[in-house]
Amino acid sequence: MAIAYPLDESAPTRRWRTLVRHVPLFPTFILALLVLTAVCAAFLAPHSPTEGDIMRKLVPPAWMARGTWDHPLGTDRFGRDVLSRIIYGSQVSLVVSLLAIGVAGTLGTLVGLIAGYRGGITDALLMRLTDIGLSLPTILIAVVLVAVSEPSFRNVVLVISLLLWPRFARQIRGETLGLKEQDFVALAVVAGRSSPWIISRHIFPNVVPTLLVICTIQVGYVILLEGTLSFLGVGVPPPNPAWGLMIADGRGFLATAWWISLFPGLAMLLTVLAVNLLGDWLRDRLDPKLRQI
Amino acid sequence: MVAYLIGRVLQTLLSMLVVISIVFVLTRLSGNPVNLLLDVNATQRDFDLLTRHLGLDKPLPVQYGIYVKNIVQGDFGKSVLSRRPVIEHIRERLPATVELGVVAMLLSVLIGVPIGVYSAVRRGGVLDSAARVFAVLGQSLPPFWLGLMLILFFGVILGVLPAGGRGGLQHLLLPAFTLGYFTSAAIMRLTRSSMLEVLGADYIKFARLKGLHEQIVLWKHGLKNALLPVITFAVLLFVQFLGGAVVTETVFAWPGLGRLILESITTRDYPIVQAGVLVLSALYLIGNLLVDMLYSWLNPKIRYRSTAG
Repeated sequence: MAIAYPLDESAPTRRWRTLVRHVPLFPTFILALLVLTAVCAAFLAPHSPTEGDIMRKLVPPAWMARGTWDHPLGTDRFGRDVLSRIIYGSQVSLVVSLLAIGVAGTLGTLVGLIAGYRGGITDALLMRLTDIGLSLPTILIAVVLVAVSEPSFRNVVLVISLLLWPRFARQIRGETLGLKEQDFVALAVVAGRSSPWIISRHIFPNVVPTLLVICTIQVGYVILLEGTLSFLGVGVPPPNPAWGLMIADGRGFLATAWWISLFPGLAMLLTVLAVNLLGDWLRDRLDPKLRQI
Repeated sequence: MVAYLIGRVLQTLLSMLVVISIVFVLTRLSGNPVNLLLDVNATQRDFDLLTRHLGLDKPLPVQYGIYVKNIVQGDFGKSVLSRRPVIEHIRERLPATVELGVVAMLLSVLIGVPIGVYSAVRRGGVLDSAARVFAVLGQSLPPFWLGLMLILFFGVILGVLPAGGRGGLQHLLLPAFTLGYFTSAAIMRLTRSSMLEVLGADYIKFARLKGLHEQIVLWKHGLKNALLPVITFAVLLFVQFLGGAVVTETVFAWPGLGRLILESITTRDYPIVQAGVLVLSALYLIGNLLVDMLYSWLNPKIRYRSTAG
């Protein structure tokens, strides 16, 4: 499908300006808080995220009997401060999602651009590969991939990227197909420009809005997937303060120390909610065509 | 249409081959199973014997060929720990997974469809807004955490529902809700938009003009026609439940296939892991294929869809 772009040169600038003016407050605030927390974790966290005082294990949150403001959200079974672990855990979620989206986005965009622009047998082959990638049961394959290749930070990122790139490739290829038919591409071909030049100078800049939307929408999914893997014990290995790991840690203490599981889950819920709201909003603004994904 | 279906079947087979290959490569990468099987006092001779017995001395492509051949014949080998055929383990655990999936699907339809219908009828009303919040939350809730919180609330605080295990209906409620919550939000949104489309049609206006009772117009004339995409979608969901079973089954100690896979990962019983992943993936892929066929049969727009876009 072809997209009609306004001829007016300043249109994109204007579009960005109205965009910035109408940014939704709640999700932006939550995400800003998350990034700030992750960056300044060392200053914000009252205690070490990995070392606890065994004498102060299972201390309840501050507002409960026996609670202390020294550990506002309580401690876990090793006496580690829950709040500090949540603060450091934001780094894990943030870094994993940025890296996984970065790798998957780059790979998927490249595949999509090449498949859409080249067409023919290249397109057919790359798209079959994409379809296969999209058809796999994600969580199941991720669990087995990470489990067998030894759980580690790097493997989690790699496996998530591997399962995520087809989502980018399919959309970007669709966009590229439309753009290829535009006059400015035909003119560039007539002018004797090479394919890489046309793809990078004419096609790619025009798929950036779509790319941005897919990235935002997928961040929430990546955070949930990483959380799921960590929860199942095949994600980021302990004693790292990953939110999924913390929730799993509290499983055996639901009846006595519910705070170990409750708070990291709330942090994850708020983060994913904020990302999803922002993604929905960005999609409606930049690329309403994508509404079906 | 025929070309599309053939293409779709071929693609499913290819996907299955990819899953088989992933599983094969991974289990070979994960270290020599002989080391796991043998006692610490085993000699080099025992080692060689067992290697030959398991066919691990043959070149990798040959091993792969034998592996694929066995799978096609339904032979998944024996469990390393119990020495029983893997297929028996799978047969024991699969019914629990299917049971959970079916109940979760029914539950999400029972929750999603009525709310969807009402939010379409009273667009912008309180229930519609509440339903939208429900849908946005559904997308963002970590399912394993939701499961634990449900256990905390209904199992620990109220003490009305069991925290885990398989048994009667009361054992099913929490895991089925955890599995189906997210999808009931999706079903609700789909019912809502489908209903809105149908309610604008001429035959609905006519039915109202005829003086039919509003409830009959809604549920009989409206919903009946709006339900088609919902049903297709529900089947698709069931298929996805199979893939996501690992998480819910772990949270609720549900003795299904997903949990068997995870247990076998910890005990390094790889024949079970392989077979479990293959069976769940096969069900998932075949289910998706069936849904696509059903949908293309029902919807002429898809029937003649080109490969573009």
